[in-house]
Amino acid sequence: MKLYCLSNDAAKPCFVLSFKELLIMLDCGLSSHSVLNFLPLPPVPSTRLASLPNYTPPHHNDPLLEGELKECCGRVFVDSMPEFCPPLDKVVDFSQLDVILISNYTCMLALPFITEDTGFKGQVYATEPTLQIGRFYLEELSEWVCSSGSGSGSAKRWKEAVHVLPAPLADVVRPRAWRRLLAPHHVARALARVRVVGYDEKVDLYGALDATAVSSGFCLGSANWVLRSAHEKVAYVSGSSTLTTHPRPINQAALRGADLLVLAALTQTPAHNPDHMLGDLCVHATVTLRAGGSVLCPVYPSGVLYDLLECLSAHLDTAGLAHVPLYVVSPAAEASLAYSNILAEWVSAGKQARVYLPEEPFPHAALVRAGRLRHARDLHDDSFSADFRQPCVVFCGHPSLRFGAAVHLVELWACNPLHAIIFTEPDFPYTEALAPFQPLSMKAFHCPIDTSLNYSQANKLVRELRPRELALPEQYAAPGPAAAAARPHIAADVPTVVVRRGTARRVGGRRTLARGTLSGSLAARLAPRDLRAGLRAAPLRAALSLRDSRLHVHSPPPGAGGAGGAEAGGRVECGAPDVEALVRELRRAGAEEARVERGADGCIVHLPRHDTLVHVDAHATHVFCEAGADLRLALRQALALTVPTI
Amino acid sequence: MPDIKITPLGAGQDVGRSCILLTMGGKNIMLDCGMHMGYNDERRFPDFSYIVPEGPITSQIDCVIISHFHLDHCGALPYMSEMIGYTGPIYMTHPTKAIAPILLEDMRKVAVERKGESNFFTSQMIKDCMKKVTAVTLHQSVMVDNELEIKAYYAGHVLGAAMFWIRVGSQSVVYTGDYNMTPDRHLGAAWIDKCRPDLLITESTYATTIRDSKRCRERDFLKKVHECVEKGGKVLIPVFALGRAQELCILLETYWDRMNLKYPVYFALGLTEKANNYYKMFITWTNQKIRKTFVQRNMFDFKHIKPFDKTYIDNPGAMVVFATPGMLHAGLSLNIFKKWAPYEQNMVIMPGFCVQGTVGHKILNGAKKVEFENRQVVEVKMAVEYMSFSAHADAKGIMQLIQYCEPKNVLLVHGEAQKMEFLKDKIEKEFKISCFMPANGETCVINTPTTIPIDVSLRLLKAEAVRYNAQPPDPKRRRVVNGILCVKDNRLSLLDIDEMCDEIGINRHIIRFTSTVRFEDPGPAIKTAEKLQNLLTEKLEGWTITISEGNISVESVLIKVEGEDDSTKNIYVSWTNQDEDLGSYILGLLQSMVQYSPMKE
Ligand SMILES: [Zn+2]
Repeated sequence: MKLYCLSNDAAKPCFVLSFKELLIMLDCGLSSHSVLNFLPLPPVPSTRLASLPNYTPPHHNDPLLEGELKECCGRVFVDSMPEFCPPLDKVVDFSQLDVILISNYTCMLALPFITEDTGFKGQVYATEPTLQIGRFYLEELSEWVCSSGSGSGSAKRWKEAVHVLPAPLADVVRPRAWRRLLAPHHVARALARVRVVGYDEKVDLYGALDATAVSSGFCLGSANWVLRSAHEKVAYVSGSSTLTTHPRPINQAALRGADLLVLAALTQTPAHNPDHMLGDLCVHATVTLRAGGSVLCPVYPSGVLYDLLECLSAHLDTAGLAHVPLYVVSPAAEASLAYSNILAEWVSAGKQARVYLPEEPFPHAALVRAGRLRHARDLHDDSFSADFRQPCVVFCGHPSLRFGAAVHLVELWACNPLHAIIFTEPDFPYTEALAPFQPLSMKAFHCPIDTSLNYSQANKLVRELRPRELALPEQYAAPGPAAAAARPHIAADVPTVVVRRGTARRVGGRRTLARGTLSGSLAARLAPRDLRAGLRAAPLRAALSLRDSRLHVHSPPPGAGGAGGAEAGGRVECGAPDVEALVRELRRAGAEEARVERGADGCIVHLPRHDTLVHVDAHATHVFCEAGADLRLALRQALALTVPTI
Repeated sequence: MPDIKITPLGAGQDVGRSCILLTMGGKNIMLDCGMHMGYNDERRFPDFSYIVPEGPITSQIDCVIISHFHLDHCGALPYMSEMIGYTGPIYMTHPTKAIAPILLEDMRKVAVERKGESNFFTSQMIKDCMKKVTAVTLHQSVMVDNELEIKAYYAGHVLGAAMFWIRVGSQSVVYTGDYNMTPDRHLGAAWIDKCRPDLLITESTYATTIRDSKRCRERDFLKKVHECVEKGGKVLIPVFALGRAQELCILLETYWDRMNLKYPVYFALGLTEKANNYYKMFITWTNQKIRKTFVQRNMFDFKHIKPFDKTYIDNPGAMVVFATPGMLHAGLSLNIFKKWAPYEQNMVIMPGFCVQGTVGHKILNGAKKVEFENRQVVEVKMAVEYMSFSAHADAKGIMQLIQYCEPKNVLLVHGEAQKMEFLKDKIEKEFKISCFMPANGETCVINTPTTIPIDVSLRLLKAEAVRYNAQPPDPKRRRVVNGILCVKDNRLSLLDIDEMCDEIGINRHIIRFTSTVRFEDPGPAIKTAEKLQNLLTEKLEGWTITISEGNISVESVLIKVEGEDDSTKNIYVSWTNQDEDLGSYILGLLQSMVQYSPMKE
């Protein structure tokens, strides 16, 4: 087995595992940190952003660079369609991939980059919620970036000049590998390839392996993958949570005792407890609303949003703010809220119990019916702007503040100190997100809610799961002695392999056995003998056949050719002959002159009349026979009677 | 234990009260636990005393699997778990777990409150029973214990209906429950993969019917309803609250909309909204179209269909009423029937199968008078129509399913004996497999071939592959290995001899024979070796002969040539005891070569 790492963002993983001659991609996360280097794309034209001064690096003369860079709030941004950082495409040939297994919707957004126009011919597996919600994420991205960004160009000269640009642009890694989002029809085609699986459903991969998605407790439909051959088990643990929120809890039992455990997508904010953050958010929101300000939460259209809606609405009720409207603005808002209520089989037991009543598992539908919660495709929806009331709480994307409705609302509210923006998504450093909106008068709070495993939970999990071997991206490994500062890492008492982006490491033990089936009729003819307590054996000559890549062992055809081996004589010698007995047997057979000469590590039996010697030591008996076949056969018989066999 | 045993306690050459005992690999599994709607006495429930005449039943049954929420498949479950005392595992899908208790409670009310039966399970018992149920999702592989695995497949039929694949060791069975091979207005078609079970237990309600197209039946239904209400008649459609009811509602709703009709359409109060809510929440179990459009428009929000109130029974004028239960054996549908039956402008449409003993069954068989327990006699003058909307597979569908999953044997249940005979014949002829149809209480034994899992040494396989590929291609040549079969902890492996010795910690003792042949062949030794190689290649066709550093080897046989350039050569031929045949053959070959060699001077 070999493991390749194609992503440099540990929270948006992408591995390729070669296992039993299959190339299996584990997740295809899209790293979007790169978008922070781009100027925001306002959904409504913004005079401020439109009138920013050009930036030209000093002592650098490239006329083509003109207009690609703008100065904003003391920083330099690229004025172009934002670009993302998909997995490396040079290490593994995507056309050779057999399978892509997706663990959850936050780890699949690079799918179109892997499967479209790359010659990809394999199969993609994900759970139904992963596919549906992943679709919302991708369609939302696509709508925001492609529609509002259609006017802006595609700057690329600046990539040749990063060495002369100021930080943070000076520090970007490999910007030439950044890509613009693919067109909606590519996205649709990529999603159409996904085959839907349920939890604990065994998926047969080309007859070589079984793959099973097991609940990972992180979000609706999130899964860890267990790959099993007859003799090996690999567990891919990505985006898991041991906390109790709305999804089905993590299934740890299924991950136990793996030969290899690959650990990915741990929390991005290990210093923040998600429960405390949720509490803080409710408090900040209440204080802001009481003072007459509105609250903006830049969020994705699913996931933690569901918990936010449930907790915040309940909290506002008790705080006497039940009249404050909640808005969700996203092209995917309506579908996402509707979907959350039909995924009964994917939610926690508590939520499931409500479905049996039958009531919706989430309170969203009730909030919508009561008029508390409204959703809109975008800010200019007539129905939305008509009854938009303040103070209010608006949930909308994108959390990077580079595109989507959130850009417009920050622009609008930035100068009002009554309003607040509360960051909950952990994907972007919030100060970076706010960089192009400075100076900011509205309050900014950082309450990141990342329910993925933190390092101590992950260490505990690894201890409990007892894998034979652990594989980690380098970000999670112990820092080298040269590292400047200690950082949290995985410290497990398990042989650990660290994979760096763009490299491959050999993992797992070597296989020595293949699983097949033995026909009942052949089995019935065998009479294994006891070799020792608990172990029986019999020599077996058998025919092999391979059907649907399954090995079948059955009765051999009569007289079929083939080499010798154990079946000749049907025995295996396992010790030196009893020399005295050998001499006796030889005499009986007529070779009466046998003489024994004992040496340090064995002895020699001389048969001088027959020009024959028998060397005997602990491991071998060598017969040098210059007489005819008769004597050799007599010797053979005598040895057969005196050598212990099994 | 290569046998599979099946004993129907219900549904053996019979429709109603499905309950089938399956024994394989030492496990006992109960498939469905239904009640018979046509009886009010002890024949209503399966005869559990068959399993154990006395004493606890739990130790005799490893698990109970319920295929769907119809009472003829789950109606006896609370009786079994709460009154007989079964405490083992029970499996069903999520929608079944959600909906079954509602139907059970409904039935309990009819039985106890209307008919005054005692010794029936209570509401609390239904709740306690459902707490013991483990809900499963489609295709989820569930290990009941270390050896027993089950997996649900989509069955159509009603919301949440599933077929179950059951495996113990290398033996497997598929039980279909009720299923439907054609998609309808709200559900998809049953689906199963090529799982090649040893046995397929399939329902055969419509064993002899090849039903006309769905569209025709729908048009027919709408025409009949429309004609009746146009003439001022009342249409009664007895349905079960969940299932066909939703399909027919969708059908009428769209028709009323399209034709702009104003005649009132009612659905029995109470269950309507709740039932439709289940459909909304388990929309992932409905068909593609409904799933795709549900965000914009939920098919189960009806505009024309209003809840029914008892007082409407005597309202004048046309109306259409969906009322429960479906076989006119009790409840509201029966009450309405009693009132409307004597008038010939009215009509009752039976959209599904009715079991023997029910009023539905009687009027479908042409009864013009129906007598009730209290001696009340009702004349039936209204039109009685039967429209097969119950979503069972027809003969074509059953054959299709057999084709999909390729079973080695088929067993028919949930059908009438005569029709089963016909289908059994057809299956045996067409698929050349055995087909069984045991009656209730009759045990059917099915032999299955055994295959045993075995681990084969990769070293052995690779060595075989090297030998095989070295030979000229011949598609007829069989692949053969020689090794040692080991049995340890009940697990079999086929190992190479050396691996085997390593495994048990013994050193192999090698016996080798060496003989010398003298050969007058002047020239360098390597030349002599090449001559020998040519000779062997010619004589040993199909064997791999290699030469390296002047040594020739064939399997374990080594041939080495020594001697000065101008003198006689010593040819040493050496082989292990196991290769005696080959070794002595080669030795003989060389000896005769030396004797007759033209090179000999
Ligand atoms: Zn049914």
